This record gives sequence, structure tokens and C-alpha cells, in this order.
Amino acid sequence: MSGVSVSGLVKAWGPVRALDGLTLDFPEGSFFGLLGPSGSGKTTLLRAIAGFVTPDAGTVRIGGQSVDGVPVERREIGMVFQSYALFPHMTVAGNLSFGLEVRRVPARERARRIDEALALVRLEGFGGRRPAELSGGQRQRVAMARAIVTRPRVLLLDEPLSALDRGLRTEMQIELRRIQREVGITAIFVTHDQEEALTLSDRIGILREGRLVREGPPRAVWDDPGDAFTARFLGAANLFTGTPEPGGLRLASGALLAGPPGRTTGCLAVRPEAMALSPVEPGAPNALPGRIAALVFAGATVTALVEAAGQQARVTGAPSAFEGLAEGQPVWLAWPPGRAAWVAPDRPGVATGK
Amino acid sequence: MADRGERAATGRALAMLAPAYLWLLFAVFLPLAAMAWFSLLSDLPLRGREWHLTLANYRAFLDSPAYPALLWKSLRIAAVVTLLCLVAGFPCALVLARVIRGRSREALLLLVILPFWSNALVRVFSWTILLRPGGVLDAALSAVLPGEVRLGLAFTETAVVIGLVHSYVPYVILTAYLALQAIDQSLIEAARALGAGRLRILRRILLPLALPGLIAGAVLVFVPVAGSFMEPRLLGGRMGTTFGTVIEDQFVAVFNWPLGAALSFILLAVVLGILAAASPALRRSLG
Repeated sequence: MSGVSVSGLVKAWGPVRALDGLTLDFPEGSFFGLLGPSGSGKTTLLRAIAGFVTPDAGTVRIGGQSVDGVPVERREIGMVFQSYALFPHMTVAGNLSFGLEVRRVPARERARRIDEALALVRLEGFGGRRPAELSGGQRQRVAMARAIVTRPRVLLLDEPLSALDRGLRTEMQIELRRIQREVGITAIFVTHDQEEALTLSDRIGILREGRLVREGPPRAVWDDPGDAFTARFLGAANLFTGTPEPGGLRLASGALLAGPPGRTTGCLAVRPEAMALSPVEPGAPNALPGRIAALVFAGATVTALVEAAGQQARVTGAPSAFEGLAEGQPVWLAWPPGRAAWVAPDRPGVATGK
Repeated sequence: MADRGERAATGRALAMLAPAYLWLLFAVFLPLAAMAWFSLLSDLPLRGREWHLTLANYRAFLDSPAYPALLWKSLRIAAVVTLLCLVAGFPCALVLARVIRGRSREALLLLVILPFWSNALVRVFSWTILLRPGGVLDAALSAVLPGEVRLGLAFTETAVVIGLVHSYVPYVILTAYLALQAIDQSLIEAARALGAGRLRILRRILLPLALPGLIAGAVLVFVPVAGSFMEPRLLGGRMGTTFGTVIEDQFVAVFNWPLGAALSFILLAVVLGILAAASPALRRSLG
């Protein structure tokens, strides 16, 4: 078991820089989620760690040792593919046995470790089945078992759950987490599903145009996204721009929004679920008058689009919080100052993601 | 409602199948039936000739030791040619399917099927120019190696095998190529991630998954080669008498259609028997 680190990774495909000087540490034993819009370089990064992509510059270290120039087959990695990539002509046990045979594990030891891995993914007794005879969730488990039965130094997962339907995906998220904890392996996974990243990860890294824009525990990144891109990408935050003042952010309309103390940079980000609506002016700071443009019912939650301060804000909450409100109605938008976060504004000339 | 839709779909399917199967009926089944009929006659049923039904043509195969010996020779050549086509064709297909990409792959695939566009007789005949004593091959080798090189390949069984491999190797390349390029690249990557080197990937992943294509190619080569007559005749000379050339003689030279038809059916039965005997083993390796 070892940590992974990459430093100064560059990979260009023609004029496009998939990785643009990326440096990142994946702590030992952590479950690390790489998140970003398509084209952000997250898959290229994973494939560079695996060895399928040779970076133009920079170094990949596994367990502190550089693996530059080490081919995939000698990197001692476990990999789970989006399509699972189970060998269709082999049984489940055959799939698991493959990596052990490569390592010349004796037959008896092989059988023991295959049983152990199948028990870990709760597929006891499935050794004789063919991949074609398994459901999607079962294939996912076999792919997982095959990747860890060789006791790799690091587990790499490329969009591991994206081929599953929604209910199964939630179940497998919990399973993946459990398996990774039990084995204690460093795991790095790529996803474009922010909820999945937040659920599974000890740490997440947000990538954009081949660079790391934010990294840390999911909660910390969620609460303090750091820049406008991350705030928008994670949880679709509302962004208010204006002139920072010691007391908060002065909007063009003249209203002053109070922000959390500390660094005061150009934008204030407020989560849709941190905001509340009321038909009368609340006696609190951070109240903006506005008008409900739309109410969107989504089962457990309702989202209101509110025109306020010359922009549209999203407010999400339990349906009960929106009772008595109607589209077109004037409302007040309010949130506690502590639930807002200062974020760096978008760099000029850079397209915003999502 | 659903019933009517289903019936309409069946009708459409029949309409689309009909041309091919009608063609097969006229082009394959009826001639075969006619041949089966001929093979049971004592002579061609032409005006002025006496004929009756007989099994004598089939008995002729067993009465003369020459026919079984020639059949064995044809089957032996077919086996060797099939093996050589697989050995030569698979690596080529492997590189085309898994190494080369884009335009150059298209160009190389075109080169594989290019020979099909020229006349088969001309292609085989050109081998006689290459292989004859003092021909292109001898001359080329003499230029490179010290002394006069005389390979003496012309009009030998080796020449026949060379010509047949040349004619039939594209079938193996194409069937193996189709099987190989259908293999998901992530399977190869998964095997590499598990620590497998190139040889192991070839042996454990690529070969087993391409096996249906290789078997299809082998059948496509073995069956026609067992009955081939043009290559043996042009390249084999005196050594080129095979079961195929004997059958051809019955039709074009000796004018003994009944015997030719009977020998054809014996060949057909033996080839089908070989495929039937091999099929359990093949099915096991494919399952």
C-alpha cells in the first residue's frame, strides 16, 4: 500500500493540453475523487498514473518511487474500467486468477485468494459463472475483486459506476467505500458525477483544463470552493459580483452583502440550499428583494428561480419551505452571512465550465 | 393488433430472404441435384446412348487404389495450406487490427484484397514465371548468393502449396482481422494492468477471442483447397495430379460426367465428415 503523487505533469494531444503542469498528492490509504467537466484532464491523469499515457513532462511516484518509464504491467496497479473489461471467455474465477497466474502464485494459494476476494465483494459461489451471466452490479463487483486480488499498490477506477442505473449506483457507492476501507488501499477514481465524488471520497480534486483548481476533503471544498468555477461546478452555487468592502460585498444596486470574515476577494458564492425566501422583508442582514421567476418541483426538493439584484438566483429547499409562494410573486431572498463563501472571480478570457 | 404487426414483420423478413434463397435453390441445390442424378448413371443420358441406374461410379473409387491415394494427397495438401495460411495470416491480421490505425490501415487492407480484383488464372500462372528453373526467384537468389542457385521448385508439390497459400491467405487475414478488431481495447488494457506481457496477452486474450474468426478462415480455406484443380495443374506439372484435377478431367477431358459427379460427392462427403468430426472440439474451444 502506498500513496501516489504526481508533479508537473504535462500531456498535450496536438494543440490541446490535457494536463498542464499538474501537481497533486494522493495520500496513502485515501479514497481520492478526481472531478471535473469533460476535457478537464481527469481521465488522462488517471491513465498517466496507470502508465497507459506517457506524460510529455513531469513525474508520477507510487510509494515515493518514480515510475516514469515503468510499463503498465510492472506498476503493480489495480484498475477498474468503465466497461468493466471482464474477459468474456473466462469464468469469474478465471478472471480473478489471471493476475495471480502472471505473478506465479501457486494453485492452492490462488484458489484461497480468489475465494477471499469473492467473499469481500459478496459474490461467494459465483466463481464458475461467465461474465455474460452476471448483472451489471455483479460485473462491477467482479471487476473490483479482479483489481484487488493481486494486492496492488494503488487502485485506479475510471468512471466505475457510470454504467449502472441510479438505484444500483447508490448501493455500489457504499459497497466501493466499504471494500476500499477493508482493504485499506489507496484508491483514485475519476467521475463526472459530483454527488458520487462527494459521497465516496476522503478527498476530492477539481480539475479544469489540465490543472488542479481545488483539492481537499469534500466538506471543506463544498463550504469553501475557492474560486467561481469550483463553486459553480460543485452544487451550482449562486455568485454575486461587486466591489469588496471591509463589511462585505457592495453590489451595483447599492446593497451590501455580508460575507464571512477573512479574505475578501471579488465574488460571494451562496449555495441554493443556504438561501431562504420570505414574502415579507426579514429583519436580517443579506436580504435582497426579488421576484419568483419559476418554481421547479423535484420530489424531495423544490427549486425557485428568483430574479434579484439584476441576476437569477437558485433557491433550493424542502417543499414545505415554498408553501404559499407562487410564480411572479415578489419575495425577499435571505441567507446567514456564515453560509456564504468568498471566491476568486473567473479569470478573464477563460470559458467557464459546466 | 400486435399479431398483425408480427405477421407483417415476418412477411417483410421473408421478402428479404427470398431472393437469396431462390438464388441458392437455382444456383446450388438444383445443379447439385442434377450432379447427384448423373453420379448414379452408367453413361450420360444423351441421344443415342444407352444408360441405366448404377452404383458403379462410386464402386470405381474403392476398386482403384489410385483414387483414395489422390484424395488423401488432396486432403494432406489442404491441411498444410490451411495451416500455412493461419500461420501467415494471423500475424498480418493482428498488426492490421491492433497496431496500425487510420489511412495506412485502409491502404494495407486494400492490398490484401487487391489480388481478388485480378484474374485468378493469371495470378497463379505468374507463379510459374517466378518458380520455373532460371526464373525470377532463381535469378534473384543467384544475384545475392554465391554461385548458381537452382531451387527446383517448379512443378513440385511445394510449388502447388505456395500457389494455394497465395490464393487463399486473404480469407484468413480478413476473417481474423474482423475477429481481432472487434476485441475491446479495454480488455488488453485490463490484462496489462494485471501484469500480463505481450505474449501472455496474445495467448490468453487475443488468440482465444479471435478463434471463431480463425476457424471460419480455416474452413473457408480447407474446403475449396481440398477440391482445387487449377493451382495443382498449373504449378504441379506431373506432380500436380490431385483429386480435384481428376474430377476436372472427367468433366472436360474424358467426358465421363457420371464418374466425375460421383468423385465430387465422395469429396463432399469426406470434407463434411472431417468438419463434423472436428466440430465438437471446435465448439468446446469456442464455448
